[in-house]
Amino acid sequence: MLLTAQQQALLDGEKGEVMAKVMKTLVMYGEAFGAQRMVPVTSAMGHTVISFGLKAMKPVYDLYDELIDAGLCSKQKFSADPKPLDKNVPSNFLENLVFNKFMYTEQERYEQQLKKLGIHDDDDYTCTCYVDQLGNKPEKGDVLSWAESSAVVYANSVLGARCNRNSGMIELMGSIAGFVPEFGLLTDEGRKASWIIEVKCEHKPEAQLLGSAIGMKVMEEVPYIKGLDKWLGTELDDDACAYLKDFGAATASNGAVGLYHVENLTPEAKELGEKLIKEGAQVYVIDDAELKRVQDNYPCIWKNPDAKPKLCFVGCPHMTLKQLQDWTVNVENGLKETGLKKVAIPTVFTSSPPVIKEFNKTDYSRRLKDCGVVLSYICPLMYMNNPICKSKPVITSSNKLRTYTSAKYYREEQILDIITGKEVRK
Amino acid sequence: MRQFKGRVIVPGECEAEALVSRCGFNTLASYQMALQFGDKEVKCGDQNNPDIYKKPMLGKALCLPQTIGSTTGGMVLFTACAQHKQPACMLFSMPIDSLAASGAILGDVWTDSVMPVIDNLGEDFLNYVRTGMKIKISQDGTVTVD
Repeated sequence: MLLTAQQQALLDGEKGEVMAKVMKTLVMYGEAFGAQRMVPVTSAMGHTVISFGLKAMKPVYDLYDELIDAGLCSKQKFSADPKPLDKNVPSNFLENLVFNKFMYTEQERYEQQLKKLGIHDDDDYTCTCYVDQLGNKPEKGDVLSWAESSAVVYANSVLGARCNRNSGMIELMGSIAGFVPEFGLLTDEGRKASWIIEVKCEHKPEAQLLGSAIGMKVMEEVPYIKGLDKWLGTELDDDACAYLKDFGAATASNGAVGLYHVENLTPEAKELGEKLIKEGAQVYVIDDAELKRVQDNYPCIWKNPDAKPKLCFVGCPHMTLKQLQDWTVNVENGLKETGLKKVAIPTVFTSSPPVIKEFNKTDYSRRLKDCGVVLSYICPLMYMNNPICKSKPVITSSNKLRTYTSAKYYREEQILDIITGKEVRK
Repeated sequence: MRQFKGRVIVPGECEAEALVSRCGFNTLASYQMALQFGDKEVKCGDQNNPDIYKKPMLGKALCLPQTIGSTTGGMVLFTACAQHKQPACMLFSMPIDSLAASGAILGDVWTDSVMPVIDNLGEDFLNYVRTGMKIKISQDGTVTVD
């Protein structure tokens, strides 16, 4: 890799041993992918995937202490993924004991570190940092040093920014240096599609199921999706953006997709059309039967696969304001049909702190509370990331949560049926 | 016995028993429980990976196409290295992905652990190797499967 004189000096230790190790990490990272040079990070803000102070991850916080002690901090303010704990979310004595005494014992230490390293605000803990209410929304063409698979795929695909699927820790090192190695999704060639996805469904495909099917098929390749504009339209309005947020999260967690193009909808597909497709691209046709096959093949690892659900999570990634409003109305209507006053099982909706603040200014907030739904800022994945939850039958409409935990996946209409006490639609 | 030649990402030598994942290796899903709750064998916790689910990963030659999943993947691999709970080596049939590369490099630069990493071993490698086979790797990226 060709470094500038200034970058070479950093690598040689001009700014100390720790900064030299940061540089060495970034150089090795770039060289693994044939990067020829470093390029400046141009977004206003960064985003880190690490938001949790897990006892098991102590080496990470020890390394961050090394950075802080060496006087290093991010050159840009940044947001972080959601916090792992919220006392409003149902948990029993044993779970609380495990959370507080065994798992998140480093939480306070880590949040203090984030302040020193440059977190933007105490409210900026969410996986959806790009929503208007928070405002960490990069411009088209911005180069980012972000990590969080769902946010990276959204920034690349929906906003047209440029970011590799960086790992946690690497993203902070890029923000500290102020530059990142240029390869992969930062280049025009790396943003071309090697898969054509033909969506031929009779019904609007469920975002999280379609994303899962595509992610598992294409792994880390870039898909060019045809036929989805029939369902989403050709403008990136609130509904389309919310759909793409959930869809992208599933492509990134069930596979390793960092960028997708939707014909006639996402910015680069609108601009360049089929010029984005590489010669010899493979084709994957998705119809309703294929989506059913994908859903039917998800393993259920509950001890009793027919157990009655004891908890439901909706909102991984965090829900948008419009999604919260729509779900409130749908839950109310569902409960009216079944004659129940409150949801049939404990249900938690999750969203970012700034969106929750906005939502709480409206009457929807009271109406959702009246339905018995808890609204929280937590990361459901972090909440469920313990052995006690493994024996707890949790359901979710999130394919990301399904992938990383024992939660069982249902489509949104099925989730609505379950929490409002109806017979579940097949 | 067959030999395969790949590209060295992190140099090193080792001999270990193969543990083969034929689908994408989800680093977070595989490691999260084992790291958090002190599983000495570091058994794989990814229920979506039938090849290696519940199998010990510690000290094995992990053979895989690429890693998939959360961008905490590199951090998780770094933590495994820092706690000396990493595989003996990682052998990729495909070009390495950004998360695995991050974890391997963070482990190499910031910890005293040793985990050689070789990528680009080819589809033939993953078709040939079976869990339990003996693996020997050398500095130049040669992998011998016995």
